[in-house]
Amino acid sequence: MADTAVTETAVAESAVMETVVAETTGADRAVGVGAGAPDPGASPPEAQGGPPPPLEFSIVPVRGLPIVAVLLIGLIVAIGTNNLWALTFFHVGGGGLWTSIDLFLGLIIGPILGRLSIPARVEFTVRFMPKMLLIMPTLVAMTLGAGFQLARHLGNLDANYPHHGWLVASYIIVGVMAVIALGLLEPANLAVLFELKKPRPNGERIGRLMKIFVYTAGITGIMQIATILIMTFLASR
Amino acid sequence: MSTATDHLRPEPDEVDLRQPGLPPVARLATLTLALVVAGGIWMAAHYGHHATLVPAVALAVAGGLVLLVNVALLWRIPSFAWDVFFRVFGWALLAYLVIAGILEYVFIFDHTPSPQLTLFSVMLALFAVNVPMLLAFSVARYQPVPG
Repeated sequence: MADTAVTETAVAESAVMETVVAETTGADRAVGVGAGAPDPGASPPEAQGGPPPPLEFSIVPVRGLPIVAVLLIGLIVAIGTNNLWALTFFHVGGGGLWTSIDLFLGLIIGPILGRLSIPARVEFTVRFMPKMLLIMPTLVAMTLGAGFQLARHLGNLDANYPHHGWLVASYIIVGVMAVIALGLLEPANLAVLFELKKPRPNGERIGRLMKIFVYTAGITGIMQIATILIMTFLASR
Repeated sequence: MSTATDHLRPEPDEVDLRQPGLPPVARLATLTLALVVAGGIWMAAHYGHHATLVPAVALAVAGGLVLLVNVALLWRIPSFAWDVFFRVFGWALLAYLVIAGILEYVFIFDHTPSPQLTLFSVMLALFAVNVPMLLAFSVARYQPVPG
């Protein structure tokens, strides 16, 4: 009974999401003819006329690319010079931001997003998701690249290191997080952006993919707490 | 302007008849990723001292085989948005080659011994091809097929 109610609510919400996505893109005017071949998963026509204009946004925020390039060059220089401060900066700074964003997204933004009106969700998604496409891989590369080099520099990779087991535990946690992030979170992120670019986005699909994105961000955020516990333990030894 | 309640109707992905017919490319790509990551964890855990590479080699070979099967399954999809697939794949490949390149640079810079370096390189290559394929498939599966 409860399941049925939840399903009906989800279906109704999906339909509302779909409608509002269509209205946000101007699809209330016309959704009869798509720009390309018909998409079987898209909303059905409501009226006759031309296709609505797709949402105007860039899937990859080009203005952010120079910042990414500067950070990655800085990372390479830090590794190349083996500068302890620079390696610590990239590892701790990148890891702290990675953890904070995951936790903030999964535990704070996610529940708020679920309570926003549907047009607000679409507006937020269009502005937020492209930035995540640049921010997260950059932070992951910074954290892991600098972290490996830092551990090697400090001799933590050595099997004789007294807390080597804890380090291996952190590898396993990061590995599981990487599989979740690259296998589920990032594909969902990208698929949402391409769906929103369509003349007639499928609201049900966007809602489902956004749920995957927020839940997986929350799961990786919680796993990040375990990483923080291990890293702070190792740093204090 | 129509209101939201005027349009209350289910439009789940189940009505998209293409989806059930698609091979499990995303799942197999995630499996490849998991195998490569597991191999990487084994290598990192035994970095800098003499340990058997057999488990890491086995994981890399298994990951490579799953990737090959996945490419074959993907190639056999009769009707697919290949233009979108290759557009996403190309840009994602560029991005992941940069990430894999940075990691390769670290291993070379650290004078990683040849057997380990070779294995790391193979795993990074699998990673750099597999993730863009997963991303491209995840996008292209929902795109209209031209023609």
